[in-house]
Amino acid sequence: MSNIPLLSVITFLPLVGVAMILLLVRGDVKDDSKSAKQIALLTSVATFLISLGVWTGFDTTTSDFQFIEKAEWLPGVGVNYHMGIDGISMLFVLLSTLLTPVCILSAWEAVTKRAKEYMISFLILETMMIGMFCALDMMLFYIFFEGVLIPMFIIIGVWGGQNRIYAAFKLFLYTLLGSVLMLVAMMAMYWDAGTFDIPTLMTHSFPAQMQTWLWLAFFASFAVKVPMWPVHTWLPDAHVQAPTAGSVILAGVLLKMGGYGFLRFSIPMMPLASADFTPLIYTLSIIAVIYTSLVALVQEDMKKLIAYSSIAHMGFVTIGSFTGTVQGVEGGIFTMLSHGIVSAALFLIVGVIYDRIHTRDIAAYGGLVDRMPKYALIFMLFMMASVGLPGTSGFVGEVLVLVGVFQVDQWVAALAATGAILGAAYSLYLYRRIVFGVLTKESLKSILDMNRREVLVFAPLIILTLFAGVYPQPFLDVMHASVENLVNNYHAALDASGVNVAAQ
Amino acid sequence: MYTAAIFLPLVGFLIAGTLALFTPEDEKKRKANDRLAQIVTCTGLLISAALAIAIFFDVGLHGNAKTVHLFTWIQSGTFDVSWALRFDTLTAVMMIVVTGVSSMVHVYACGYMSHDPNIPRFMGYLSLFTFCMLMLVTADNLLQMFFGWEGVGLASYLLIGFWYHKPSANAAAIKAFLVNRVGDFGFSLGIFATFLLFGTADFDAIFAAVPGQADTMINLFGTEFHAMTIICLLLFVGAMGKSAQLGLHTWLPDAMEGPTPVSALIHAATMVTAGVFMVARLSPMFEYSDVALTVVTVVGASTCFFAATIGCVQNDIKRVIAYSTCSQLGYMFFACGVSAYSAGVFHLMTHGFFKALLFLGAGSVIHAMSDEQDMRKMGGIWKMIPVTYALMWIGNLALAGIPPFAGYFSKDIVLEAAYGAHTSVGTFAYWMGIAAAFMTAFYSWRLLFMTFHGKSRADEVVLAHVHESPKIMILPLIPLAAGAVFAGYLGYENFVGHHASEFWNNAILILESHPGLENAHHVPAWVKYMPLVVGLIGIALAYIFYLAVPSIPGKLATTFNGLYKFLLNKWYWDELYDFLFVKPAFWIGRGFWKAGDEELIDGVGPNGFARATKAIAGRASRLQTGYLYHYAFVMLAGVALLITWYLFTKG
Repeated sequence: MSNIPLLSVITFLPLVGVAMILLLVRGDVKDDSKSAKQIALLTSVATFLISLGVWTGFDTTTSDFQFIEKAEWLPGVGVNYHMGIDGISMLFVLLSTLLTPVCILSAWEAVTKRAKEYMISFLILETMMIGMFCALDMMLFYIFFEGVLIPMFIIIGVWGGQNRIYAAFKLFLYTLLGSVLMLVAMMAMYWDAGTFDIPTLMTHSFPAQMQTWLWLAFFASFAVKVPMWPVHTWLPDAHVQAPTAGSVILAGVLLKMGGYGFLRFSIPMMPLASADFTPLIYTLSIIAVIYTSLVALVQEDMKKLIAYSSIAHMGFVTIGSFTGTVQGVEGGIFTMLSHGIVSAALFLIVGVIYDRIHTRDIAAYGGLVDRMPKYALIFMLFMMASVGLPGTSGFVGEVLVLVGVFQVDQWVAALAATGAILGAAYSLYLYRRIVFGVLTKESLKSILDMNRREVLVFAPLIILTLFAGVYPQPFLDVMHASVENLVNNYHAALDASGVNVAAQ
Repeated sequence: MYTAAIFLPLVGFLIAGTLALFTPEDEKKRKANDRLAQIVTCTGLLISAALAIAIFFDVGLHGNAKTVHLFTWIQSGTFDVSWALRFDTLTAVMMIVVTGVSSMVHVYACGYMSHDPNIPRFMGYLSLFTFCMLMLVTADNLLQMFFGWEGVGLASYLLIGFWYHKPSANAAAIKAFLVNRVGDFGFSLGIFATFLLFGTADFDAIFAAVPGQADTMINLFGTEFHAMTIICLLLFVGAMGKSAQLGLHTWLPDAMEGPTPVSALIHAATMVTAGVFMVARLSPMFEYSDVALTVVTVVGASTCFFAATIGCVQNDIKRVIAYSTCSQLGYMFFACGVSAYSAGVFHLMTHGFFKALLFLGAGSVIHAMSDEQDMRKMGGIWKMIPVTYALMWIGNLALAGIPPFAGYFSKDIVLEAAYGAHTSVGTFAYWMGIAAAFMTAFYSWRLLFMTFHGKSRADEVVLAHVHESPKIMILPLIPLAAGAVFAGYLGYENFVGHHASEFWNNAILILESHPGLENAHHVPAWVKYMPLVVGLIGIALAYIFYLAVPSIPGKLATTFNGLYKFLLNKWYWDELYDFLFVKPAFWIGRGFWKAGDEELIDGVGPNGFARATKAIAGRASRLQTGYLYHYAFVMLAGVALLITWYLFTKG
């Protein structure tokens, strides 16, 4: 068991798939693109199955990092190849390995142009994502963290819609700004602590003054990724332009990088600054929840609407993460996982009809339920999960975040909870315009319901959404030890510095 | 047995739902498919109802309350909530109402919806609703109650919008969901506040701890509040939404867009009474806040009056009954408000029977009149549909509280308890209730006369078609009618009479400082007779207005045009909310999007930057490839820089 470097295997297995595609598939003939797809699917499914071993072998009783792999990499600079996971990162790894095959399967018929390269991009993306969540060395993390964006740029820039260049440019501009600052902060941390090792840095206490600057630098990077208001405007454009599978990964995994970053770096390494800036986080998050929900209400483009709703959901994540309560943090993580599945499914849902009619304009649809009952059902299910109906995964995360923040600040809880009302408003309004009503439009009269492959794409997502809604314990159990440790250390740090006297 | 009663409807829903998804094209196969869905769901519900009766005997009459633990739902830190089914007398009573009415509605729907192309879907939704409602009434903690609460909201949304071709039905469905969400907003904050104070969401643990927190002050929203008051008020907001009380009632009349069996089941007999159930269930909490009880009383009393005024002028047969429901819910609430929870639940039960009867009877009328709902286009049809006519009489007599029908017993004890509370709000509630009782009788017989008597105002084609409903629609009405006749008399002693304390068996708590129900049995005689007297006057007045001298209503409407318009337009609540919330939400949303995101953030941010860089960088086409490399370059350069810098400082 301990002899197999499991994390490295799942991180780099997709690259093996890339190599196989490059070696075995030549040219861009139709048959070849099919075999590229088959190899990609096979690789990603294998990766997923192996990654399940991480869950079965995971020890939920400890908050320590597990599946540790450590090797010297650049000994002169103290950069190590250091991998490992804890209760916070483990489920994100699984989310990444789950969504990649889903994406590949969803692109089976939709992508005809340069399918081989498309598959390669996704496999590289998978390696980067898994590596990012497993990295325990700051430099390693940085490489994966930034590396994720390269295949993403390509996916949007090559297979995107009409305005893909503008969208890619916007994404680039925002992330570049944040990344540069984060890199500077990492150097400063190394200067102070003398190591890039994340577990070591988590126990290092930085001077209060320095924490403020470090926190702001990391914030610049993570806030863009989340995205938080007002640095969110890249997201709707990126989503609208990205191909379906690109949107799925973007919403499903990439948005979680920011939230994960806050939990891995900002809160444990800069607890004092985190406490100081919590009001800022709350304010921006609440604005995100209310502002973007209202904006979502008036959208005319389906994908844009769901993109805006993502921002609102991520507002819950950032609120929960900074509450300093077990419920809040677990709620934040759970919301990320749930959103990873639900928003991914919603983008796939948009993709299903986009593949048929080739427009994202809400006004072009109406009355689909008549011809697409399966589609209507699946759409309804994920819409309800998105508005946080009890019994779906969306509810569990939302309620935990609110329970957490209510203990700390009731105004924040109340204002965030209005998101549940507004969320229902824009979701039901969208559903009504697309699915309900009379089917009158000529272009829709011969539209076909979802085929077997499409249902297969959704099946795992449906099962997970309902299972996690009714019985979320297997997921929460994974988090408990690590989150409690995080929260305890956070409060211990505040106590030590004397700012936490007021709290119990 | 206990678990099966709850989960059979869920099984029915899953099977019917699957059948709905795979509807065969072939006409004959489709019929078989429909039939199967009907049989599965109806059988499930009938068994469930039989089990509910068994449970009622076991729990209610033999005092064997129990709780079935299923498994942990959410556990995070100290927040620990389980799926558990709680069976006490209150639950058992609710289960009788829910499964009883639901099973009858299931059977009725087989006839009523026989021409609909989506029968399995409809039956499935009905069963889904029933399951959620049962989860609600058997909840052992606040969060599970919230699960059922939102679940019935979903079912209600799906069923109101069942005829999704109609824009009005879609709008009504969304409205119902959203208004309920506003209520649930309060409910959820109440749950969080409860957890904050008690550290648990389980009923038993909370109820045990409440006396110790009776005088606790809690700091919420930066203000000191009496803990139990603020918690109960927040929870009550949820109850107001679900039970369509003043201010959050606007969705209920619109909900009549749904098929009539839905109106009977969800929007009359069961779901809308969930708020009353909640207050009764949480009586150990509400008892410790006089302020909250006062609010409950005033809201209930005001609603019962206000809804009745509107009911008097509506012309849509279903809307009249809908406002009547709203008004009767007000009675139940002010009963709870004066600590006569058992009287409120008693009225809830009798109301469940006679209101379902009235709605299904109205459905039978609508069915007979070829889907006409406007009473102005009815009249003179009582001879053609005599059974429906007789059943409507029974329902009306029960609703108006004429002895010995069920409503007489339950409504009177509610009013007597309000009077017996000897508080100013109790007295206010009593008089509001009396006024509403008068109007109730008036609009009920107005409905009866306009629908069945006088000269027919329907056109020839419709009249030629008028027919009594098939057996499958009449038979389910018989048990409901039996309930409307006997439930009051049979239930009185157990619910509010001499056997009450052993019957309820601690399911409801009443403090000694709240003697409303106790005093109800010793009020002056005129207090007892008043409701009956005004009821009879109301009937007489309706007779004069709509049969003897039918010109009066028209004249009154012209004379008091302003008032008439005000009532006809339902006090202009919809217009007010549209003006205050709906329009601004869209307007602000558009503003945020166009002015905020596009002009301000993008204009100053990336686009502004782009404009600046474009001049330098030259052709925009280079962005696509150029920037990618730049980006990778910057990243690598950063790493290189770091290493260099490190070596420099160390070396």
